[in-house]
Amino acid sequence: MDMFQRIDAQQLDLLKEVGNIGAGNAATALSTMLNKTIEMNVPSVNVVPFNQMTETVGGDEAVVVAIFLRIEGECPGNLFFMLPVGEATVLIQNLIGEEQVDFSNPPVSELAASAMQEVGNILAGSYLSSLSDFTKIPLQPSVPALAVDMTMAILSHGLIEISKVGDYAIVIETEIKEETAKNETKTTGHFFLLPDPESFAIIFNALGVDTDE
Amino acid sequence: MNEVVKVGMADLNVSKSPNSIRTSGLGSCVGVVIYDERMKLAGMAHIMLPDSSMAKNGGLNRAKYADTAITDLLVLMEREGANKIGLKAKMAGGAQMFQFSSSSEVMRIGPRNVEAVREQLKKHKIQLISEDVGGNSGRTIEFDPASFSLSIRTVSQGTREI
Repeated sequence: MDMFQRIDAQQLDLLKEVGNIGAGNAATALSTMLNKTIEMNVPSVNVVPFNQMTETVGGDEAVVVAIFLRIEGECPGNLFFMLPVGEATVLIQNLIGEEQVDFSNPPVSELAASAMQEVGNILAGSYLSSLSDFTKIPLQPSVPALAVDMTMAILSHGLIEISKVGDYAIVIETEIKEETAKNETKTTGHFFLLPDPESFAIIFNALGVDTDE
Repeated sequence: MNEVVKVGMADLNVSKSPNSIRTSGLGSCVGVVIYDERMKLAGMAHIMLPDSSMAKNGGLNRAKYADTAITDLLVLMEREGANKIGLKAKMAGGAQMFQFSSSSEVMRIGPRNVEAVREQLKKHKIQLISEDVGGNSGRTIEFDPASFSLSIRTVSQGTREI
């Protein structure tokens, strides 16, 4: 995959900025929704072999609540927002005031599922709209879909297009987290942006970086 | 000590009793097991795409596609002593992880993977004994080459054997 070897430091910084702007806006949206301070880590941009994709979220079989959007248009790709089941449970309990919600023991009620979907919709929407503003590329996201399942089974769905080209994906990952009462931080969720291979040149061009060799 | 041979995504391997063989987190991917009962030998492939003609840009990982993965798995098994005649198979996976109204190619990839594996097995005259395919749950599978049992774990339904 020469495309991946050609990415230089400047392009890497730009992709980090993409993650930064997207997740920053989403964190603000979640902050407002929960009336809590939500922070984010510096995004990481890595060329990851498929088999190592799930390491940052707890392994292949770790159960997560995931919101998935397919981005169509001139810059196609996939966006995932993943939350650990415990976090998703607390989040939705707080939002809809339903104590018996438990994402670790699916299926959940229709109300809980649709609330989760709406949260995902708002967060992914704010991620993508700020990304679109930044790059001036129109992005057309699909309706978000919700799944509670093994991380690998979920992520592999976003790898189908990429897998026709190679065994690696460029993953723009941003962790968002909140501060607990004891001044510790805990992970709230992860954004994974997986542009299709042909989208990188479009992103770089839109941001004024030459992709010629 | 019994070991568990791990098969990654777009990967294949073989295992002999008493060692079992396993792959985790199958979504739309298909896990296919081909086994030789007499030798207590099993091969497993974790297939992502139905056909190697879908590959772009050259760089072909043969274990990724149903057609090339099964061909290579059979070669590997024969090298380990499997008899090509009388091989049997089981498979699991091919789920649709997300529900969309659209019927795009990506959404249908699970069923297409399942269909492609069925075709390849038929082509190589391998009898498909049982399968657990479709639905919308991720699966982790482990095959025991001594009992020929394929155990399938899902998040919502626990573990069952086929």
